[in-house]
Amino acid sequence: MASSLETAENRGDLRRVVIDPVSRVEGHGKVTLLLDEAGHVREARLHIVEFRGFEVFIQGRPYWEVPVMVQRLCGICPVSHHLAASKALDHVVGAAAITPTAKKLRRLMHYGQILQSHALHFFHLSSPDLLFGFESEVGRRNVVGVAETYPEVARQGVMLRRFGQEVIRATAGKRIHGTGSVPGGMNRHLAAEDRDALRADIGQVIEWSRAAVELVKRLHRSNPGLYDQFGAFRANMMSLVRDDGAMDLYDGALRFRDGDGDILLDGIPDAMYRSVIREQVKPWSYMKFPYLQQLGPDDGWYRVGPLARVQNCDFIPSPLAEAERREFIDHGNGSPVHATLAYHWARMIEMLHAAEVLRDLLDDGDLLAGSLLAGGERRLEGIGIIEAPRGTLIHHYEVGDDDLVTMCNLIVSTTHNNQAMNTAVREVARRYLDGRELTEGLLNHIEVAIRAYDPCLSCATHALGKMPLALELIEADGSVAGRLVRD
Amino acid sequence: MTDRRLVVFAVGNESRGDDALGPMLASRMEPYLPKGTRLIVDFQLQVEHALELEGAELALFIDASCISEAPFTFREEIPSGRSPTFSHALEPKAVLAVARRLDARPPPAFVLGIRAQSFELGEGLSERARSDIEDALAFVRDLLGELDVNRWRAIARGLSLQ
Repeated sequence: MASSLETAENRGDLRRVVIDPVSRVEGHGKVTLLLDEAGHVREARLHIVEFRGFEVFIQGRPYWEVPVMVQRLCGICPVSHHLAASKALDHVVGAAAITPTAKKLRRLMHYGQILQSHALHFFHLSSPDLLFGFESEVGRRNVVGVAETYPEVARQGVMLRRFGQEVIRATAGKRIHGTGSVPGGMNRHLAAEDRDALRADIGQVIEWSRAAVELVKRLHRSNPGLYDQFGAFRANMMSLVRDDGAMDLYDGALRFRDGDGDILLDGIPDAMYRSVIREQVKPWSYMKFPYLQQLGPDDGWYRVGPLARVQNCDFIPSPLAEAERREFIDHGNGSPVHATLAYHWARMIEMLHAAEVLRDLLDDGDLLAGSLLAGGERRLEGIGIIEAPRGTLIHHYEVGDDDLVTMCNLIVSTTHNNQAMNTAVREVARRYLDGRELTEGLLNHIEVAIRAYDPCLSCATHALGKMPLALELIEADGSVAGRLVRD
Repeated sequence: MTDRRLVVFAVGNESRGDDALGPMLASRMEPYLPKGTRLIVDFQLQVEHALELEGAELALFIDASCISEAPFTFREEIPSGRSPTFSHALEPKAVLAVARRLDARPPPAFVLGIRAQSFELGEGLSERARSDIEDALAFVRDLLGELDVNRWRAIARGLSLQ
């Protein structure tokens, strides 16, 4: 599965197109395309242009502070970091098995995060491309444009997002900088009034989630040539699955499938991740390229996230989402679905599953009572893995006898998808851009492919005026032949 | 203006250098907020913040600003969604535009941008930002003394002429 177009020959003789930054993703990434005189694409790369320094930020801190402070790594999925760190540090406090009440509260928080994140991505980041077209008027191709033309779709997206945020607030204590999850368990129950308020709305949330799955299926049916082929390429898949093969976004063991859907590795416990995953460094990107060790870097890279998860599990343990998964699998006619836009379909199936899980959990009395904390023999190392909205998230810590973190290793979902996103960029460049005069609409095809993965490239740096978009065409001699800046 | 009619959004990440300016100013100005003010501190502005505008008569967005040459800027914000989105986050004008489309009837809204230059993870405020936030705090204390939209507009116009 080695990809061409990664590095061109005679790079100095080629023209360069830069998309900087890629829009509607988090953090600062850019795409460079090198073109020959006839406009043929010779090289295409997605670059991550800032170094994150997560590990340095965390080393030297008391371990019990970590689940709170890691939320500052990312303004988009702080809950995922909060829970992955807690899971890792459960081992450090000797609580590999937390109490049933704590586990259910964490699940509630996590599936609330999945729901709100998936709603945000589909309704407000990707639907403008899908509903209006990749080459539609750029000024309309945004969430406000969707709200103008499809107000009910936009409203449902906002309300789903708000419901998920309310679940987070009720379990974590507040929407940001939550303190609900701690090493060894949780520090609060769900309040009865919060449970009642959430239960009052969950039926509507499930109906909206079902409608979202129907919407994405309608989009696929409306243009199967596009949806089945855009950015399609064979890739391995990785995710957690439960010990009975069920989808489980909070806990489980690692499973890998190959591009034909055959299981390569199964039942890998979180503590063993280092024995199966390696990370390759490339000189042109700050972000590493993970791969399955047994296949090597050329053939061992893999996808994570909704498209992998829906196909990696054997079933989804909630009836409505399972029926949708079966229809999705049938769509592949016996082969895995590898089309990039199918991420959206899979994402909406997961959103429906999250809503069903939330409904079932809210009926469980353990959320309101029961022991919250477990403990045991203190240990010096902990690894926690969770399926974050974008894919598998690994937190690994070593803690000294003085309680300070001495080593931290994080592999975030977007890093797992690094090679897959680069491959998607190359496939789209080859199919849609090669030999053509480049327009904003054509270049947006590249961004559509990247956005399908919902990458989070640097996490939560944001300020007024910080993110202008520049498109540059640079001739082989370095002169700028064309430049378009939007701010 | 009656109670509970001002909503303040303070945006930023306290662990990202000058990106912390919004939340830090919010913390400093909290004692001066009129009774009933809704103060919302978040990493980024998102679509659901449009719903927080419901029922408000005045809105104030506070954020770090990379484009400000003065220690701070203050301007009225008009709902607009005509520019592309570059991030998961929304700009204040897009939040207002979403609110309008969702019939949340956005109130007159103003943006206080505080000059920012450094956003590294784990850094504190830059030396210049530590000075600028004091200027911004003095300004906002005066601003909150009278929640009158015409006065705020006059102040914004006056600053833009400087």
